[in-house]
Amino acid sequence: MTDDAPLLDVENLWVRFQTRTGVFDAVRGISFTLGRERLGIVGESGSGKSMTGRAVLRLIRPPGEIEADRLQIHGEDVLTASEKRMRQLRGGRVSMIMQDPKFSLNPVMTVGQQLVEALRAHEPVSRAEARKRALATLDEVAIRDPERVLNLYPHEVSGGMGQRIMIAMMLLPDPEILIADEPTSALDVSVQLQVLDIMDKLVRERGMGLMFISHDLNLVAKFCDRIVIMYAGRIVETCKASELRHARHPYTLGLLNSVPDLEHPRDRLEVLQRDPAWREAPSVSARQ
Amino acid sequence: MSAIDIRNLTVWFGHGADRADAVRDVSFEVADGESFGLVGESGSGKSTILRAIAGLVPTWSGQMTVAGETLGPKRSKSFYRKVQMVFQDPYASLHPRHTVDRVLSEAMQLHGVRDIDTRIGRLLDDVGLGPGFRFRYPHQLSGGQRQRVAIARALACDPAIVLLDEPTSALDVSVQAEILNLLTDLRQEHKLTYVMVSHDLGVVGHLCERIGVMQEGRFVEVLSVEAMRRQQAEAPYTRHLLESSINSIR
Ligand SMILES: Nc1ncnc2c1ncn2[C@@H]1O[C@H](COP(=O)(O)OP(=O)(O)OP(=O)(O)O)[C@@H](O)[C@H]1O
Ligand SMILES: Nc1ncnc2c1ncn2[C@@H]1O[C@H](COP(=O)(O)OP(=O)(O)OP(=O)(O)O)[C@@H](O)[C@H]1O
Ligand SMILES: [Mg+2]
Ligand SMILES: [Mg+2]
Repeated sequence: MTDDAPLLDVENLWVRFQTRTGVFDAVRGISFTLGRERLGIVGESGSGKSMTGRAVLRLIRPPGEIEADRLQIHGEDVLTASEKRMRQLRGGRVSMIMQDPKFSLNPVMTVGQQLVEALRAHEPVSRAEARKRALATLDEVAIRDPERVLNLYPHEVSGGMGQRIMIAMMLLPDPEILIADEPTSALDVSVQLQVLDIMDKLVRERGMGLMFISHDLNLVAKFCDRIVIMYAGRIVETCKASELRHARHPYTLGLLNSVPDLEHPRDRLEVLQRDPAWREAPSVSARQ
Repeated sequence: MSAIDIRNLTVWFGHGADRADAVRDVSFEVADGESFGLVGESGSGKSTILRAIAGLVPTWSGQMTVAGETLGPKRSKSFYRKVQMVFQDPYASLHPRHTVDRVLSEAMQLHGVRDIDTRIGRLLDDVGLGPGFRFRYPHQLSGGQRQRVAIARALACDPAIVLLDEPTSALDVSVQAEILNLLTDLRQEHKLTYVMVSHDLGVVGHLCERIGVMQEGRFVEVLSVEAMRRQQAEAPYTRHLLESSINSIR
């Protein structure tokens, strides 16, 4: 493996669900690569962002099915890997911060127990050492009073705290690829900046690859290197983050225009006028 | 008369040495038909204020008068007809084994709403979900679709006051725009009163007239959206929030 080979290599990925009313294609033949970069995945609700992230780690629950011409993590084939190998990869070299933090935390274990176990599952460290690192990581994600928070159960922490705890847990094992699904949607702006800073450092200093799933276009434009815009399971446009303001697709423009802005109030917000042709247009490749 | 009058509200968790005060001596009023926003640091007690009003946290002191009722430890059934809450976490707030149809019809039955069948269709339409979603389970919905069901449920029995905890933070910007427009319309049509928590100043600015800014359980200041827009915040924390707020790129 040469080092400039992509960390993630995805070609013609499909995610399908058998439903009572027929087959539903949540992801319809998308192609992209992820290098040591910050790749933003944006798109409206239901466009297939989470399913794309989950498919990479083969985390689609039945009756969902994954199909692809190629789905590789650092050259290793995900489609044929054993379940045991996938468990090793998940939470080790590849971490995923799920969209619903509280749902992904174990409700009957304290925050501290979960952090310690998460770390010990991938590294042979003592409990005391793991606890020390857990405290340090909570501190890093700007949790006030981390000692108290270690002893809380998930239902006892606020929305934004839950989200940061998940982030801390996923960063503990020092992953090579991080898939972050709406990781900062419950955070106030100043904590959000701190969390983005941490991820940014990992990309710059340790060469991590970050797949950043978000519906916040302004955020993605400021924070990522490259952007993929999804609609109805396909990629309709891809661009450098700095070029998002020059986006051409009416869907992307519609999304940009529907953001409420404190400084420029409007009586009514613009909403998307969807064109049926968008669904049918072939997926744009986001491979590099 | 104001729809909501909160005086010296303190809310705590734990006992004795373990007691942690999540809300400290907070007072505010919300007029009938007004929208009041709550912003502030993560963990500062915003959700806890809404949960205390809704009767979900028993350990509080102070006075709360909401929709004409002076609140004690318990809430009456009529209280929940008048006051509804949309939760921050759309996963936790929907029963995993109930279809959308069941979630909505149970909410209506509970409050004696008639003509349930037609109303469910209308509600789903109002929140931008077609009839195809009616018999789905929560796990068959995306995060945003689930939040729309939660909003539909809160509106199912025509409440007068709606407590909204980050109602759109799980939604994409277009659906967010739809929901904010919907909340604006509903407010006009039904003279609703809102208290909305959001960390997005653009969102609060769009829907609310006045904003309470929180840090470590306290109000650091209450100011009008106009003042915020003109960057006329007094408290250093509010200024900090305004500065770190990510502005639109367009
Ligand atoms: N088990 C399932 N059965 C049928 N359809 C499903 C199932 N799970 C998800 N879907 C559908 O797949 C589509 C893509 O879902 P996904 O969670 O990827 O959306 P998303 O882009 O992440 O949206 P959001 O921004 O709301 O989180 C949605 O339309 C959703 O309803
Ligand atoms: N059931 C509980 N037991 C113990 N502590 C709790 C409980 N619920 C909330 N807390 C604590 O109360 C404080 C305030 O939490 P709250 O959920 O109100 O914050 P918030 O302002 O809504 O934050 P966010 O923006 O992150 O949602 C936090 O420190 C939290 O840990
Ligand atoms: Mg999602
Ligand atoms: Mg909250």
